[in-house]
Amino acid sequence: MPFTKKLQKFNATIRTVEVGTGDKTTKLGGGNTLPFYTFDAPTANTAKIGIEISDLGLAHEPDCIKEVYAGCETVADMAKKAITIEGVDFLCLKLEGGDPNGENRPVEELVAVAKEVADAVDFPIVVEGCKNVEKDAELLSKVAEALQGKNVLLMSAKEENYKNIGAAAGLAYNQLVGAESAVDINLAKQLNVLLKQLGVDSGKVVMNVGSSAAGYGFDYLISTLDRVKAAALGQNDDSLLMPIITPVASETWSVKESTATEEDMPEWGSVVERAIDMEIETAVACLACGTDAVILKHPTSIATVSKMISALS
Amino acid sequence: MALTGIQIFKLTPKKNCKECGCPTCMAFSMKVAQGAMTIDQCPHMSEEAVATLSEASAPPMKTIKAGFKAFADNKNDSEKEFALGGETVLFRHEKTFVNKTRYAVSVCTCMDDAAVDARLASVAAIDYDRIGDRMYVEFIAVDCGEGAAPDAYAALVKKADGAGRPLILNVKDEACAKAALDVCKDKKPILNAADASNYEAMSKLAADASVVLGVTGASAEELYDTVAALEKAGNKNLILDLGTASVKDAFEKAVLVRRAALKDNDRTFGYPSIVNVGKLASGDSHMQAALAALFTMKYGSVVVMEEMSYAQALPLYGLRQNLFTDPQKAPRIDPGIYPINGGDENSVCLTTVDFALTYFLVSGELERSGVPCNLLISDAGGLSVLTSWAAGKFSSGSIAKYIQEFEIENKIKNRTLILPGKVAVLKGDLEAKLPGWNIVVGPTEAVQLVKFLKDMQAGGQA
Ligand code: SF4
Repeated sequence: MPFTKKLQKFNATIRTVEVGTGDKTTKLGGGNTLPFYTFDAPTANTAKIGIEISDLGLAHEPDCIKEVYAGCETVADMAKKAITIEGVDFLCLKLEGGDPNGENRPVEELVAVAKEVADAVDFPIVVEGCKNVEKDAELLSKVAEALQGKNVLLMSAKEENYKNIGAAAGLAYNQLVGAESAVDINLAKQLNVLLKQLGVDSGKVVMNVGSSAAGYGFDYLISTLDRVKAAALGQNDDSLLMPIITPVASETWSVKESTATEEDMPEWGSVVERAIDMEIETAVACLACGTDAVILKHPTSIATVSKMISALS
Repeated sequence: MALTGIQIFKLTPKKNCKECGCPTCMAFSMKVAQGAMTIDQCPHMSEEAVATLSEASAPPMKTIKAGFKAFADNKNDSEKEFALGGETVLFRHEKTFVNKTRYAVSVCTCMDDAAVDARLASVAAIDYDRIGDRMYVEFIAVDCGEGAAPDAYAALVKKADGAGRPLILNVKDEACAKAALDVCKDKKPILNAADASNYEAMSKLAADASVVLGVTGASAEELYDTVAALEKAGNKNLILDLGTASVKDAFEKAVLVRRAALKDNDRTFGYPSIVNVGKLASGDSHMQAALAALFTMKYGSVVVMEEMSYAQALPLYGLRQNLFTDPQKAPRIDPGIYPINGGDENSVCLTTVDFALTYFLVSGELERSGVPCNLLISDAGGLSVLTSWAAGKFSSGSIAKYIQEFEIENKIKNRTLILPGKVAVLKGDLEAKLPGWNIVVGPTEAVQLVKFLKDMQAGGQA
């Protein structure tokens, strides 16, 4: 008997969320197969890549990133440079300087940075907070207000502050809401339901179901992504049909494989190569499990992952 | 597909003789269907019925043994050969994946001697321990380039064999394949040689040498037909090569083959797979890293690269280790003293649980702080801090017992111990149990450790 391909068809499609305005937009989600299973059905959208820059500029970045932005004086300059890098679909501005345990920059200052960046580039923008739930509640709400009309994605609303961020971004200022939960399908679902009860349009929500670097508890992320996609597509679970965005760079650039110096680990070789491959392999593993968009940092990683996405499309 | 009790009953002699210990043939059949008894416990079963039943109850994907292990995977590993395939599920949350992806680097008759020597020498360079598992390059692929003579190929195979790893013989010419097997068949190489045009001859060579045969096909359909023909001829010691036509094509085959075997119970595709990312992205080390990760996630049993650098290996082996863990059981770290940033007997101590994820988060932040310290890991049941505390496995008693059993006071002179902030309640009790120790309550989240330790250091406490 000859082999007959049995196709896996789903009756559900991941919602498409468009970030940005005018002709400079990017669409996240829209798939109706498991990741890259184009043989099962033609897929509408392919995975997207964002490039991460920080309000702190380049002071904390490794040399290989400083080189990319050589000559840039301001964060807005960096933004202009970032969006010209091959393979980049959207810009991600991280307002990490707001962290009360770090630089603790005031909200007004950070909002001004976000405004400056948004005015400098005509490109889809994601704004990430500082991870402190209280500060982010105020910060991201103010950013949502300041960037009205730009259709930006604000990351992230968590269980502790979704009411503030969801209300500001999703209701008052008509932006897109990132919903972040800790590597568990039920927590992801619960937060999406809460946002809906708050009145946020589910079509404007993108999920971050957690992130980690390859080798660092990545098993939990694999299973969470696999299960979310299976439930969304297989059971048409409306509260899980949001596209998934995974910040990869913020995890991979701090692990020891990416930071240990060549003096400390001579046998490991180039630290730049290590950081790039850690970023690439983590991003690919996330995409293979169902992430619709990854956020990366190094141009070589972005070019490689972009090329692989094209090869599989 | 597992048979139902009724289907099994139809195959029994229906004598109800009770010799199997069951009151009736039907009762026996139900037990077999549940897996409580095996078919050979009925002495009256016809040979034909036994054959049908054992075929039906065989696992959907075969476990193929090949090569030899240069090193044991870990201290619990006593297998001498590599087991490939044998998976039962498509996703790790359903059940543990059983046989992890293995990695190979390549040499070719088209390379000059110096390049071959350098490549083979590089194989030994990747060798390190990660949470108890030994990470190294497990196979070497030896490519027979276009027009290479049997002598030349055999010479390269001999040289590659000298690197101490089992070989994958990528060869299409029969004379070359024979010459190569003559050199290394005792080491159980994989003869990756068969396609629709040559499978009969190659299958004979593989069977005579009793080695695994690799099979490829221009399409999934052609591959399937060739496997079916090989099985018909009696060769079921196979591995499926996903081909090098394109990334898209190899990925499609990887999924179709595995899905046909595990979801649709089509045993013709119930074999492990081999994918050559070195050929799919020749000369592009970053793309090979990307594809190695892709095919580790999706169904490559052996992934062949051109070479393996630490940059590629570190995330890849970490990814594999995570992917192939038991989803029901949290990975654990062995209890012990873990010095960080050159911590010694005078460095401050911190303690946390043996849950691997916690250990990685905490040790990562400690490394970032740059402060020399000792991380003391006790047996806390492999659970997170709060869960193990709630379960009584991470208590003042368990920590004090660990300090005693591991003779911490003889090994470390420093008497400051930092507790996870989440178990601040243990402070008083611990002070009572560990006289002479200064018990300090640390932050509740690992990310706050950098600042915490730096502040302590600035204050002269660490
Ligand atoms: S031994 Fe075989 S024939 Fe006898 S009762 Fe059991 S199943 Fe039936």
